[in-house]
Amino acid sequence: MIITTVLFYLFSAILLGSATAVITARNPVYASLFLVLAFFNAAALFILLGAEFLGLILILVYVGAVMVLFLFVVMMLDINLTRLKEGFLSYLPLGLAIAILGVLELAVVFWTSPLGHIPAPGPIPANADNTRALGVLLYTHYLYPFEIAAVILLVAIIAAIALTLRRRQGTKTQSIDAQMAVRAKDRISLVNLRGPEQ
Amino acid sequence: MMHDFYQTGWWAVIWSIIKILIVVVPLLLGVAYLTLAERKVIGYMQVRLGPNRVGFRGSLQPIADALKLMFKEVIIPSSANRFLFLAAPVLAFVPALLVWAAVPFGPDVAISNMNAGLLYVLAIAGLGVYGIIVAGWASNSKYAFLGAMRAAAQLVAYEIAMGFALVGVLMLAQTLNLSKIVEAQAGGGFWSWYWLPLFPFFLVYFISGVAETNRAPFDVAEGESEIVAGFHVEYSGMAFALFFLAEYANMIFVSLLTTVLFLGGWYAPINTPLLTWIPGLVWLLLKTAFLLYVFLWIRATFPRYRYDQIMRLGWKVFIPVTIAWIVVVGIALETPMRAILR
Repeated sequence: MIITTVLFYLFSAILLGSATAVITARNPVYASLFLVLAFFNAAALFILLGAEFLGLILILVYVGAVMVLFLFVVMMLDINLTRLKEGFLSYLPLGLAIAILGVLELAVVFWTSPLGHIPAPGPIPANADNTRALGVLLYTHYLYPFEIAAVILLVAIIAAIALTLRRRQGTKTQSIDAQMAVRAKDRISLVNLRGPEQ
Repeated sequence: MMHDFYQTGWWAVIWSIIKILIVVVPLLLGVAYLTLAERKVIGYMQVRLGPNRVGFRGSLQPIADALKLMFKEVIIPSSANRFLFLAAPVLAFVPALLVWAAVPFGPDVAISNMNAGLLYVLAIAGLGVYGIIVAGWASNSKYAFLGAMRAAAQLVAYEIAMGFALVGVLMLAQTLNLSKIVEAQAGGGFWSWYWLPLFPFFLVYFISGVAETNRAPFDVAEGESEIVAGFHVEYSGMAFALFFLAEYANMIFVSLLTTVLFLGGWYAPINTPLLTWIPGLVWLLLKTAFLLYVFLWIRATFPRYRYDQIMRLGWKVFIPVTIAWIVVVGIALETPMRAILR
């Protein structure tokens, strides 16, 4: 299939280009928009491989929710670029060393483990439903890891809320319960203003 | 060989373009006349006539509006980010059209009758907010920026409730394919549609749809009484029109999807020969039109929600309600009620 090959290289090129732009863009808003583009093309690659569930979930979760919040925060920051650039050169050797270490480790893993030698999957049946297949696998074979991961995430959410929750005294927050409990007779009293009968 | 040619050759591309045009052209006409319907309906509700100058009783008003908007200058504020300022209306408009790829108009009649259709529409419908956020930021205006921030927070809040509501549909239909979801509601007329067993989801989905399309009473992103016009305050001409096209296309889409998910899609409300003789597309469009009328009705009836009340409704009311009802549906599916629900 020549069309899918062309599309694969197109999406990959845009993905790599936008991923590079994420770290080179000067404007943080541009950087996060490039990250959106990178996610989008990664999703397109998933769908090209027939993994439409992963692709759509990537768009739904990362593009639809996570990056919206990222942009939300980044747009409100007043970032001083010159201050950000201070110390760029002094951190460069350390950063490069970590990057090279990471690449080396990945290379070792791919060379020595069977991970690098997985045979190409066979042709996908025409109406394979990988959402169902993934669901069945997650809720039967991998039930415990899946549930434990979910609980860990829940704990992280609760911890983040507990760490940042401050109950300040003296704020004028409305008490919704009190508002809902209000009845008309508590707020309005109708007074008969008609004078004596004429 | 002939078969291969039709499947993969240029014919497939041309046929796709024809299908897209068959959907998009009536959609844009529908958008144009929805603006007229809105002005007329709200006019009558407020004991006015609404537009009645252009054409017979104002019937050509949308054409006049479109011509006016096309010939107006697109003004770019001097301190705006030029590229993103012009990209934002496109970012809002494109997802509004993209979602229609998965919308079924009849049994297996869709531009793409994909297996993961429900997931696709949920994913793509969430992208429209980028247009609003980018517009608010690129305009370099306080009002626009406030509108964008409000839109972002609101969208994230209501998308979760919307997603949970769709989980309920998924549990009963056992498929993500929109066409098959409608077929799962076939049978006993409107009693077998999903609005009944999933009534809380039906309400939550539709109200979240109103919130996601930034319509009154949840239109704080525009909020003309506080922040002038919100995210599109700096836009004029066709750039402004694209935001409106997107908003109205999204309204039609939410109404149609509510019909597909909860109101039995193209099935007649009562299984009698007279009603089932009417084509399914007519039923689908009639139900959609009714929900669109509800959109306008809501706008004419309710005052705008206060911003913190919107957030409370989304996070503290809708999400717990949907989670509770998912548990209820889950338990019901394990009892003999399963036979009735499925």
